[in-house]
Amino acid sequence: MHTKKLTTLACAAALATLSGAASAQISGNTVKVGVLTDMSGTYSDLAGAGAVLATQMAIDDFMAEAKPAFKVEMVSADHQNKADIASNKAREWFEREGVDTATELVTTSTALAVMKIAKEMNRVALMSGPASTPITNEQCNDVTVHYTYDTYALANGTAKAVTQQGGDTWFFLTADYAFGQALEKDSSAVVTANGGKVLGSVRHPFPASDFSSFLLQAQASGAKIIGLANAGADTTNAIKQAAEFGVTPKQSLAGLLMFISDVHSLGLKNTQGMYLTTGFYWDLNDETRAWSKRFFDKHKRMPTMVQAGQYSSVLHYLRAVNAAGSDEASKVMAQMKKTPINDFFAKNGQIRDDGRMVHDMYLAQVKKPDESKYPWDYYHIRQTIPAAEAFQPLSQSKCPLVKK
Amino acid sequence: MEIFGVPSALLGSQLLVGLINGSFYAILSLGLAIIFGLLNIINFTHGAQYMMGAFVAWIALNKLGINYWVALLLAPLAVGALGVLIERTMLRKLYKLDHLYGLLLTFGLALIFEGIFRDQYGISGQSYPVPELLQGGVNLGFMFLPIYRGWVVVAALTVCFATWFIIEKTKLGAYLRAGTENPQMVQALGINVPLLITFTYGFGVALAAFAGVLAAPIYQVSPLMGSNLIIVVFAVVVIGGMGSIMGSILTGIGLGLIEGLTRVFYPEASAVVVFVIMVIVLLVRPAGLFGKA
Amino acid sequence: MNNTNSMFARATPLLFGALFVIGLIAPFAVYPTFLMKILCFGLFACAFNLLLGFVGLLSFGHAAFLGSAGYICGMLVRDMGVTPEVGIIGGTLAAGALGWVFGVLAIRRTGIYFAMITLALSQMVYFVVLQWKATGGEDGLQGVPRGHLFGLIDLSNNIAMYYLVFAVFCIGFFIIYRTIHSPFGQILKAIRENEPRAISLGYDVAKFKLLAFVLSASLAGMAGATKTLVFQLASLTDVHWHMSGEVVLMTLLGGLGTILGPLVGAATIVSLQTELADSVGSWVTVIMGAIFVICVLLFRRGIVGELQALIQRAGIR
Repeated sequence: MHTKKLTTLACAAALATLSGAASAQISGNTVKVGVLTDMSGTYSDLAGAGAVLATQMAIDDFMAEAKPAFKVEMVSADHQNKADIASNKAREWFEREGVDTATELVTTSTALAVMKIAKEMNRVALMSGPASTPITNEQCNDVTVHYTYDTYALANGTAKAVTQQGGDTWFFLTADYAFGQALEKDSSAVVTANGGKVLGSVRHPFPASDFSSFLLQAQASGAKIIGLANAGADTTNAIKQAAEFGVTPKQSLAGLLMFISDVHSLGLKNTQGMYLTTGFYWDLNDETRAWSKRFFDKHKRMPTMVQAGQYSSVLHYLRAVNAAGSDEASKVMAQMKKTPINDFFAKNGQIRDDGRMVHDMYLAQVKKPDESKYPWDYYHIRQTIPAAEAFQPLSQSKCPLVKK
Repeated sequence: MEIFGVPSALLGSQLLVGLINGSFYAILSLGLAIIFGLLNIINFTHGAQYMMGAFVAWIALNKLGINYWVALLLAPLAVGALGVLIERTMLRKLYKLDHLYGLLLTFGLALIFEGIFRDQYGISGQSYPVPELLQGGVNLGFMFLPIYRGWVVVAALTVCFATWFIIEKTKLGAYLRAGTENPQMVQALGINVPLLITFTYGFGVALAAFAGVLAAPIYQVSPLMGSNLIIVVFAVVVIGGMGSIMGSILTGIGLGLIEGLTRVFYPEASAVVVFVIMVIVLLVRPAGLFGKA
Repeated sequence: MNNTNSMFARATPLLFGALFVIGLIAPFAVYPTFLMKILCFGLFACAFNLLLGFVGLLSFGHAAFLGSAGYICGMLVRDMGVTPEVGIIGGTLAAGALGWVFGVLAIRRTGIYFAMITLALSQMVYFVVLQWKATGGEDGLQGVPRGHLFGLIDLSNNIAMYYLVFAVFCIGFFIIYRTIHSPFGQILKAIRENEPRAISLGYDVAKFKLLAFVLSASLAGMAGATKTLVFQLASLTDVHWHMSGEVVLMTLLGGLGTILGPLVGAATIVSLQTELADSVGSWVTVIMGAIFVICVLLFRRGIVGELQALIQRAGIR
């Protein structure tokens, strides 16, 4: 074991001298990408194996396009949506296995835990899955990129649209952890700013299976809109049980974080007419369709925005490593921030000082069953929210890295 | 109309949800009490067996096309049979030892079952549709009651009281009670006590599986559905004291209702209220409400 | 019998000395974070064993002490800016106080009831931790700095941190060892063997049990507080009842009522979990369960217990 490691090191050193300056600063001549995600839980449909596949696709495409002098490897693990498992795994990856970047990290609590360790060990954290704004505000650091979406963008799209269309009294059903709380807070602000009123909220454990008592409280509030500040299976269960208890259609539900995987599992009959905000839709243009088809051929499901964002973020990272000729975090980060992102996922996307990647978001409305012409034809895109408006303005950021 | 500043509709509907939960507590604590009565073992696998009941129903429906009503019979039989096997091959070896070993063994078994189902089906729940006959709901004035939930209360309570009747009023029940009091004497009277023990364990487990099938359409069918519930049921058993069958049924229902009330007046405490009551009962009556000290 | 006992007595200092030296040089050969995890859980299991192995009380709620001490230590260090050693002491004291509350309630009953009551009480702690804002709920208490020991030694260095953990373990282990071999320990064993006789000899059994419970809870807390510093995180996993089950397993596998058994059990379980987690996924739980079943059915003395029996037999021959 020990001798093997030494030989590998010696070989790597020899290779490094041979292949010249470009890869001289890449440790072990290998870039290791770690995918830390929910493989079996509530969020496994929207991230999970699909995110691992997207990562592999990004690595394959990068190798084909750049033919770099270094190797790229992928490791993946299931964090089970638990901060302690994520944190231990990330620590082990960074300390023991020389992983250069921990990616995906759906579930805010795991994301917050890993970004701190990444900072301590000077590695990069690429976050496609988690949603909460604290990642780029109070908790921000200079090795983290928050890539796909966040609660501010969701509230800004969905809550605004629903309130403006007359849904002006709200009651929130909130998953009781950082993400749910952030989503409730951001949405409440948007509702109030648009002339609506928040009548109350109730917090449910994460993950929950029985929503009856929470739904009854929402029902008793008399609010026109019940805002679901949760995600994944929690959202789909709440929607099903709301119908069972006669909450809908008297009151309407607003899914504040809905993924195409949720619409798919609930069916159009249960979700038609709902508004949702998304960072990606497979059927947007030729480019998105082409990539999504490749993804579909392997995964048998269309990509969610998290999976598409995962591909884009990993590819952007690898290109930056190649251009910077180093896998050292600050150099890669500088390169990533310097370069605009242009691929099927984002046009002219930019990583700001607070770590937020800003790009266009879309306000979508779920189609009626008879409007859907082919499999996975689920959304009308009602509005493109330009990058500059979609995300929290830098001037409002509480991130200490932002120079004001 | 309002009671203590709470709309009576909300109060009524939360009490009803409490009654539904209470029915599950009652049926599970009843099973635990029966097993404990004769075997002196706290069956930690009870939660896993409840989970397996739900999974048998789910697998039956999705892989074999067997409907809910058949599953309601089939799942308790299947899981009960597995229980009989466990008793014959493992639990039997522990009766001469400290009772704690029974607790530890069943805890280990619970981990095994949970792990297997987790590996097969992941942590996230599988949904089980409400049977066609029980779909829809009725408007009770203060709330909209899904028919299925009403059915759960009726079915669970019927089974509970039928069990109570068998144990308290029939000859088989008399053997059982006598076996609890003095196994040697009953053996001497020519009754096959080991068989009685096996049967009792199988029956207690079948009750758990029955509850699991009832729960399947309400809660998601998931590998961990029983593991958190079982701890509450333990507290219920401690509160009731394990001496009496009726005691465990009534305690279960009562605690469900109290939990429902807490959800109206102080929702944050609803998860701990059972444990708080347990502490109070322990201070006042260490043997439990219905227990013999 | 006497012969083998004295043989043990002579061998013990040698064995402990050898282990101590191994402990000192281990971090240069093995991944230190892994070693620290073993030591933390080893101390946790030793503390638990003090109660089960030497008083005969099965607590199914020891996660509450591990976890609450972890949270208290984390809050002290992160939010109030105290030094790590103060955090550990604070966590230990808090766990001891909680242990006193648990003990007063639980020792009214014995056996299975005792196990269920401790379990239910720890579940109550779990819910408090889950819902109290200061603990971070589902997120856990994150970003606890390791800080500087006595304000001087930087613990962000893994080796420095390891020696602190090793020191904490040795202190805890020494306390347990001294307790078992003191008159107090003899009385505890007497209670385990025959409680009515201990009562008739005039011992206030309830008081001794409570003392043992508080001591065990405090030391479990010491392990938990240290663990929080190592991983810079306290989470719900530490207070969940699965953790209470895990410590029973460690103790049972290593050898109930043996002095080194819990450490061996903890090392085995932690290694299994670490090595198997990636390759077999959920089967880790199944394997843990199977070990439980095998231990209970066939292997009740545990690894160290079986070894001792083996040596004893050899000695007699």
